Amino acid sequence: MAERAPLIELRNVSKSFAGIQALRDVSIAVHAGSILCLLGDNGAGKSTLIKILSGFHPPSSGVIFVDGAETRFSSPREARGLGIATVHQEVGTIPLMSVARNFFLGAEPTKGWGPFRHLDIARAETIALEQIRGFGITRVTNGDQLVGTLSGGERQVIAIARAMYFGARILILDEPTSALGVKEAAKVLTLVKTVRAKGIGIVFITHNARHAMLIGDRFVVLNQGGVSAAFNRGEKSREEVLNLMAGGKQTEQIEADLALFEEDGQGAL
Amino acid sequence: MRRLLRRPEAGAFFAALLVYLFFAIAAWKANFVSFNGTAAWLDTSAELGIMALAIGLLMIAGEFDLSIGSVIGATSIILAIGTNHYGVNPWIMLAVVFVFGGLVGLINGLIVVRTGLPSFIVTLATNYGIVGAALGFSRLLTNTTSSSMLTTPGVDFLFASQWGQANIAILWWVLLTLAAMGVLMRTPFGNWIYATGGNIVAARGAGVPTSLVKVVIFVVTALAATLVGAIQAIEFHSGNAANGQGYVFQAPIAAVIGGVLLGGGYGSPLGLFFGSVIYGIISVGIFYTGWNTDWLLLILGALLLAAVLANSYFRRLALTTH
Ligand SMILES: Nc1ncnc2c1ncn2[C@@H]1O[C@H](COP(=O)(O)OP(=O)(O)OP(=O)(O)O)[C@@H](O)[C@H]1O
Ligand SMILES: [Mg+2]
Repeated sequence: MAERAPLIELRNVSKSFAGIQALRDVSIAVHAGSILCLLGDNGAGKSTLIKILSGFHPPSSGVIFVDGAETRFSSPREARGLGIATVHQEVGTIPLMSVARNFFLGAEPTKGWGPFRHLDIARAETIALEQIRGFGITRVTNGDQLVGTLSGGERQVIAIARAMYFGARILILDEPTSALGVKEAAKVLTLVKTVRAKGIGIVFITHNARHAMLIGDRFVVLNQGGVSAAFNRGEKSREEVLNLMAGGKQTEQIEADLALFEEDGQGAL
Repeated sequence: MRRLLRRPEAGAFFAALLVYLFFAIAAWKANFVSFNGTAAWLDTSAELGIMALAIGLLMIAGEFDLSIGSVIGATSIILAIGTNHYGVNPWIMLAVVFVFGGLVGLINGLIVVRTGLPSFIVTLATNYGIVGAALGFSRLLTNTTSSSMLTTPGVDFLFASQWGQANIAILWWVLLTLAAMGVLMRTPFGNWIYATGGNIVAARGAGVPTSLVKVVIFVVTALAATLVGAIQAIEFHSGNAANGQGYVFQAPIAAVIGGVLLGGGYGSPLGLFFGSVIYGIISVGIFYTGWNTDWLLLILGALLLAAVLANSYFRRLALTTH
């Protein structure tokens, strides 16, 4: 790996909410052109971590470095200004608004001057279509089509294309594949690889060890707020990763429970 | 055709056409289709339409305002007491009531965005608070809760001109509808209104100042109520603190008939326009047919139910691919 400073780095970051310790002494680094997979069970602290990365929360202790310089985000807007884009699961797009209006939400192109300044809808539609076509969505032929008519995977693609268009250097994806079927998930995973090839640093949050193993370069497993393992691609098998995610011995317990359940003859859920 | 049907105002437009044809035939003998018959329902539609437009915008942004009734009443009584009992110039009193309306909207908006309480409850409280204060103060100052108002020719012209039976309020309504169309369809702020009501988390994530959007629309709504209160006071040269309570429910009914989704994020000024047209045609049309006006409420209730069903159908249609 090149000896360049990471795009963003957290050092010994902890976060507590009124008594609950959500993150404990976490250190991670995101490099350009590399995918960092953040794994962990429910409540492990994954969302809290990305909220710190994207400027929603300040850390309770520890430091953030952006391009090697210590940084303190005062707002999500400031983090976005530094090229940190977050795509939240499900909540990224608005179903009853058009593709173009979604694409440019919060950064609408205008033309004219003074009181005659108005939305440049034609330009918004052209650019939005062009951009999402570039990421392989060809089914949309009209910029005024409502986003609600698109599949979950296509909506993720729009959100990602949008972040890229507005100059993201670091792309944070919170469970982008968890609500998707196999085909749709494959589409999104391919897109994430395309984005990596453009030199973007990616944080990919998931429950799904399989999806992570398919695209990850580096893996960090969170367990009860702390880093329980950190390793590079090819260093661990899927079983080992699954075990780490569930906190070790618990998987064997789950397997034993499942076996009992199937013996009862109620296998079909 | 399918493209047209997919627009938020499609249902209201066809419903308005149907309702109009129905009363045109049923009330033909009473001259429903004449200049004065048309002016009569347009007058009703216009004052309601200004209110429905504002409430509709607020509903598109995901909020609600029950305090409009009290603002209408308070505006009319403040104008009347100010001009009649204290002899203040009507233009100055107009400035006073618009500042008052703006403040009410600002307070509603700030309470809603700061506390996160449902606007339904917050504005229900302000509605009662303002009606109570308006009644109390006017009795305290003048010993009565209604009073006549003094105007000037200029004020009369702007708020109460008449051509035959057609009031200038119709012009206000049409102009405000056009302005709202321009803002919603053609400005970034309009995009933000839809986004705020459509998915507030996503809107905030995209950098939309959702709290600002809501506060601005609350202020606009209260100002619209002030305008209607002023029009009524000047038209009848009298103010009454209890005026306007009818609009508290009529305006949202017209908005829903006009295609606005109760959940927010969908609707159009043109739809709101036709929603108010329908309300006006029915309430005046029934009168022209000579039927017992008790039926009005039954018809409106049925229409509201039909509108909600039609809206969910049209919304599903909007979400089908081209
Ligand atoms: N704003 C908050 N206030 C109080 N506690 C919080 C807050 N946000 C998160 N927590 C707590 O911090 C812990 C970690 O939550 P977090 O949402 O980061 O988990 P997660 O790994 O994203 O889980 P999931 O897979 O379910 O999304 C949980 O115990 C949660 O209740
Ligand atoms: Mg989470």
